Amino acid sequence: MLEDVLQLIVNGVMAGSVLAVPAIGFTAIYAVLRFPNFAVASHATIGAFAGFVANVYLGLPAPMALCFAFLVAGVFGVASDEVALRPLRNSGPLTAAIASVALTIVLENVIRFTFGNDLRGYDLPVYRDWRMLGLRIGPQQVYNAAVAVIVMAVLFGFLAFTRTGKTMRAVADNPTLAGIKGIDAVKVARLANFIGMGLAGMGGMLIGLDTSIDPLTGFRVILSVFAAAVVGGLGSLPGAVAGSFVVGIGEELSLLVLDPAYRGAVGFVAILLVLSFRPRGLLGERAY
Amino acid sequence: MEAYLIAMVVFAGFYALLALGLNVIWGLGGIINLGLAGFFGVGAYATALLTVRAGWPIWAGMVAAMLISALAGAALSLVVARLKGDYLAIVTLGFAEVVRLIASNEIWLTNGTDGISNIPGPWRGQVPPGEFNLIMLGIVWAVVIVVAALLARLSHAPFGRVLRAIREDEMVAAVAGKRVLAFKTIAFAISAAVLGIGGALYAHYNAYIAPDGLVPLLTIYAVLALTAGGTGRMSGAVLGALVLVALMEGTRFLAAEIPGLLPVQVAAVREMSVGLMLILVLRLRPQGLLPERPPRLAQGATP
Repeated sequence: MLEDVLQLIVNGVMAGSVLAVPAIGFTAIYAVLRFPNFAVASHATIGAFAGFVANVYLGLPAPMALCFAFLVAGVFGVASDEVALRPLRNSGPLTAAIASVALTIVLENVIRFTFGNDLRGYDLPVYRDWRMLGLRIGPQQVYNAAVAVIVMAVLFGFLAFTRTGKTMRAVADNPTLAGIKGIDAVKVARLANFIGMGLAGMGGMLIGLDTSIDPLTGFRVILSVFAAAVVGGLGSLPGAVAGSFVVGIGEELSLLVLDPAYRGAVGFVAILLVLSFRPRGLLGERAY
Repeated sequence: MEAYLIAMVVFAGFYALLALGLNVIWGLGGIINLGLAGFFGVGAYATALLTVRAGWPIWAGMVAAMLISALAGAALSLVVARLKGDYLAIVTLGFAEVVRLIASNEIWLTNGTDGISNIPGPWRGQVPPGEFNLIMLGIVWAVVIVVAALLARLSHAPFGRVLRAIREDEMVAAVAGKRVLAFKTIAFAISAAVLGIGGALYAHYNAYIAPDGLVPLLTIYAVLALTAGGTGRMSGAVLGALVLVALMEGTRFLAAEIPGLLPVQVAAVREMSVGLMLILVLRLRPQGLLPERPPRLAQGATP
């Protein structure tokens, strides 16, 4: 029993670190643009398929395919925002949020149009699970978790130490003041979209690496991604990481009492619990 | 061709009910609900289970569907009472997904992804299929007109004025002594009841309901219908639903005209165009075809 729980916690930590990648993307866009961009779902799918093209058609190894997934999803993110969402942002955050649901349906169908509904898998070597101290650990999961940790370290370094990163944080913190200081909000918004959607795309591919992908890949995990961001506090990057671990571990531990099919509902319950008792989320500062 | 047209107008009725339900909560109350598909599903499954498994008559199943849906709406509204805007959008979207998860996985109750079939329809089997469609056309649109008329009455009644006040500024409404939470909960319940009726009618018309029918695309259809017609106006919601169906069926013929497409690509083109249309409407005519009229001043009042 104790071993089962430990095993689930180990699985949860790995799942949580992968979940953190798109969750950071979602929350970063929220921090700068102040609306929930539901199009992260389709961008995760776009990234997963871009990585698939790079990995299977072009024969690139997984790390390069992941970078390709980031780039393609990021470019799509900036372009689709520029065309579809930016003109609507003045009409209020909810209009933009509704439009982003429409956008995600459009992009998801672009993928479906191009690749069809079939399940596809990456071309990866298969490793046998490691066993240590009675626990089973999959090398692919460890690899994914490691990638996620490196990505997070790079991102936090970028935000903390570079000038561009600091302007992003300034806009997120106080757009008016940032404007007075001469920071170009439009440029920062583009950058936030590029990074946020790029992370969503990379996350989509990481999630697909140990299963398979199809046009609904992004949509299937989106509830967990939202949950991670909301539990941590919308707009807070460290919060998104903390929330991802809560949701990741929570989803795994739920297997003790719930049918696996309900993993997705765990995120929803986590959102409700956190918002009932701590509406700002674990590390957020603003809730309503 | 005639049967096809009738079927499309019936479907427009379902979208009209979805748009009307959304209009109560979003148009009047300014409260976002992206979980429309969830309430539609609650209504559809409630009546399907009661009529197929428990053998209830259709009308009783529909009334029960409406009440159960309203209860679900009130419950969700109390849970999310303190949330606004973006958080509410996430939670309601999540609600719809949870409904779909339950419908897909509680196989003992809902038959899982296979769905429930053989749902009875009024006089189905006793009259030729063409007449059955006409009967449903009459029933669905009678319900739409009654619901729209009642809601239009409600929106001009003090209840509707308070809701609009809450939409414009919740704090002011509270200061004026209105019990904001109670109004929101009732509005949520009314909205959910309308969505539930829509789902129940759909179940009886279609004879079959499955979790696949509860995708978020359904919510997008409703938002598109309402936005195109005019948020805040009940007649706008109904007109918007008719326009939506005309546009969607237009894309069916257009997509069929493009040579060399696989069926999956045709479906993708159609869904894509629905999303694009919503973005375009929001961009070009956010007030809709029938914009909400500013309230008339009482006689003798000076502006």
